[in-house]
Amino acid sequence: MASHAIEVKNLYKIFGPRGRDFVDQVKAGLGKTELNEKHGHVLGLQDINISMPAGGVMVVMGLSGSGKSTLIRHINRLIDPTAGEVLYDGVDVCKMNENDLREFRRHKTAMVFQKFALLPHRTIIENTVYGLEIQGVPMEESRKRAQGWIERVGLKGFENHYPNQLSGGMQQRVGLARALTNDADILLMDEAYSALDPLIRVDMQTVLLDLQKELKKTVVFITHDLDEALRLGDKIAILRDGKVIQQGTGQEIVLKPADEYITAFVKEVNRGRVINVETIMKPLSGNPEGVPVTVGTVLESAARLMTLANQTIAHVVDANGRPVGSLDLRTLISAMVTPIGHELQAA
Amino acid sequence: MAICSYLPDLLCKFPAIDDTTIRMARKSVDDGFKALVREYVNIIDALVQPLQWFLNYLEKLFVSSPWIIILAVMVAIVYYGSRDMRITIGTIVSMLLIGFVGLWNDTMVTLAMVTVCTFIAIIVGLPIGILMARSERAQSIINPILDVMQTMPSFVYLIPVVMIFGIGKVPGLIAVVIYAVPPMIRLTNLGIRLVDKEVLEAADAFGSSPWQRLKNVQMPLALPTIMAGINQTIMMSLAMVVVASMVGVGGLGRNVLQAINNQFFTVGFFNGFALVAIAIIFDRTSQAYGKRLQKHSEVIHG
Ligand SMILES: Nc1ncnc2c1ncn2[C@@H]1O[C@H](COP(=O)(O)OP(=O)(O)OP(=O)(O)O)[C@@H](O)[C@H]1O
Ligand SMILES: [Mg+2]
Repeated sequence: MASHAIEVKNLYKIFGPRGRDFVDQVKAGLGKTELNEKHGHVLGLQDINISMPAGGVMVVMGLSGSGKSTLIRHINRLIDPTAGEVLYDGVDVCKMNENDLREFRRHKTAMVFQKFALLPHRTIIENTVYGLEIQGVPMEESRKRAQGWIERVGLKGFENHYPNQLSGGMQQRVGLARALTNDADILLMDEAYSALDPLIRVDMQTVLLDLQKELKKTVVFITHDLDEALRLGDKIAILRDGKVIQQGTGQEIVLKPADEYITAFVKEVNRGRVINVETIMKPLSGNPEGVPVTVGTVLESAARLMTLANQTIAHVVDANGRPVGSLDLRTLISAMVTPIGHELQAA
Repeated sequence: MAICSYLPDLLCKFPAIDDTTIRMARKSVDDGFKALVREYVNIIDALVQPLQWFLNYLEKLFVSSPWIIILAVMVAIVYYGSRDMRITIGTIVSMLLIGFVGLWNDTMVTLAMVTVCTFIAIIVGLPIGILMARSERAQSIINPILDVMQTMPSFVYLIPVVMIFGIGKVPGLIAVVIYAVPPMIRLTNLGIRLVDKEVLEAADAFGSSPWQRLKNVQMPLALPTIMAGINQTIMMSLAMVVVASMVGVGGLGRNVLQAINNQFFTVGFFNGFALVAIAIIFDRTSQAYGKRLQKHSEVIHG
């Protein structure tokens, strides 16, 4: 199944009975607080333009109330936009009629909810098959598929329990299994991992990455955790007050934060796991010395290679093994500990 | 009053329409209504005939079956519904007492009546409640009607009911249903409206059709509230059987009515207590059942 990109274009959402009337004022610069104080309407999203990579993971980050859940709900149109469009495969989701929308939701999307939203009167297995049941897939087959995912998220043996007999983290994994069982092209994950403990969380991240290797779904993933975002995201967008303030790859965001807000956001990140060697390498002078390190290796791995080889110098090689730059341990370590912005300015 | 001498007449004495006009108007409305009823009497009779059959059949079944079978069935239902030994034993004891004081047959008649009323109230109330939950407009139209049905003294609407259907069981039945159906409608509406928005959103996100939404999510989650509505309906039908006996419904209600007319203190109390006993049995059973339904329905986060 080939995946398709999702394009969000000029999307505005203003909550309130007369939202449409304020779009022009918001376009002209009316802010969220003003809109709320003067007109009693809440600015959910403004001027969102994101193109989400086909078959990749799009991570959306931002503080509480910045509009992440609102944005993800526009993709399967649980929320209707006030203005703008959401294109999937060239079709505007916001203009679909009721039938097309239902078919789109049934066959193209699956969603994991921030608050789980399991059906409390159904057992875990009955919850997990829900999407397939709605599609009319025969019971036997849907149970088989659901069973596999229940086991994969580590809930074997709980099939016949009810959601309120499970812990929060377990319920969240049921939500995950329910979405994955649907085997849809688009996977919408609204803080799908926020209730998980660190070990299971890493395990579930691996599930997602494995899934991506095989099936290449278009995933929209909301998280508060920058390390998670950097691990999973092919592309990251950061929201504030309903506006995208920066979008790009993890590297771009960590290396060139657009403003203080994002600088604060990325301050605590483990740089060694984000920055690649080619970002800090020096031009090759003379013969390549020390251990060879491939382009795309993160600093931490490079440091590990050099330590193992008992070397303080390394050279960077491209995919074909051609040397392209050099590296020494001192530069490498200082890049891992000091804000890279300063380094780059000095260089 | 003295103050009247300073005021114009119009502001002092209420300018009511004069008696003759009112009498004329009243007469023409009443006559018109009667004529209308006379015109359609056959159709009306044909329409309510199935109700009559149903009621008669059930009454005959209840009265003519050996008491031990009825008791066994009741105990089975109560136990299955409540899973509670105390309620079950209470049922056996009170039914036996009712039998001993010679009210078994009358109790069966009342039981048949209440069963049919509840059944009709559910059939009528459920769809109306669902409709109300789906549309604000329907809600704003139906709500005042329900207010009228609940607050209008039941004797008042007995008048048109008797004019249309005459004296008998069916008019009694209809009067009881009118009185007892509002809580069924209201609580169905409420139950559906109270369904967790997040869960509904999930059902939508997976592409549920409106019918799938209703069947898979709204109805099951509203069921405990709907059960409370059914419980209320049963209680109100029981309360209404005395009034209904004024238009010809038999059973315990009629005994109470006769006791009132003849000042038979003991008879009145025996019959009254029999009604209370049935009411408590129904109430405890349906509540315990409702509670069991609710067991898994609470959403617990975290
Ligand atoms: N139905 C609604 N009516 C009015 N305002 C709303 C509605 N839904 C969301 N909002 C507002 O939109 C803004 C964004 O909410 P949203 O739920 O998208 O935040 P979020 O980024 O998901 O936050 P969190 O991290 O806490 O989940 C908030 O200011 C919120 O008050
Ligand atoms: Mg959210």
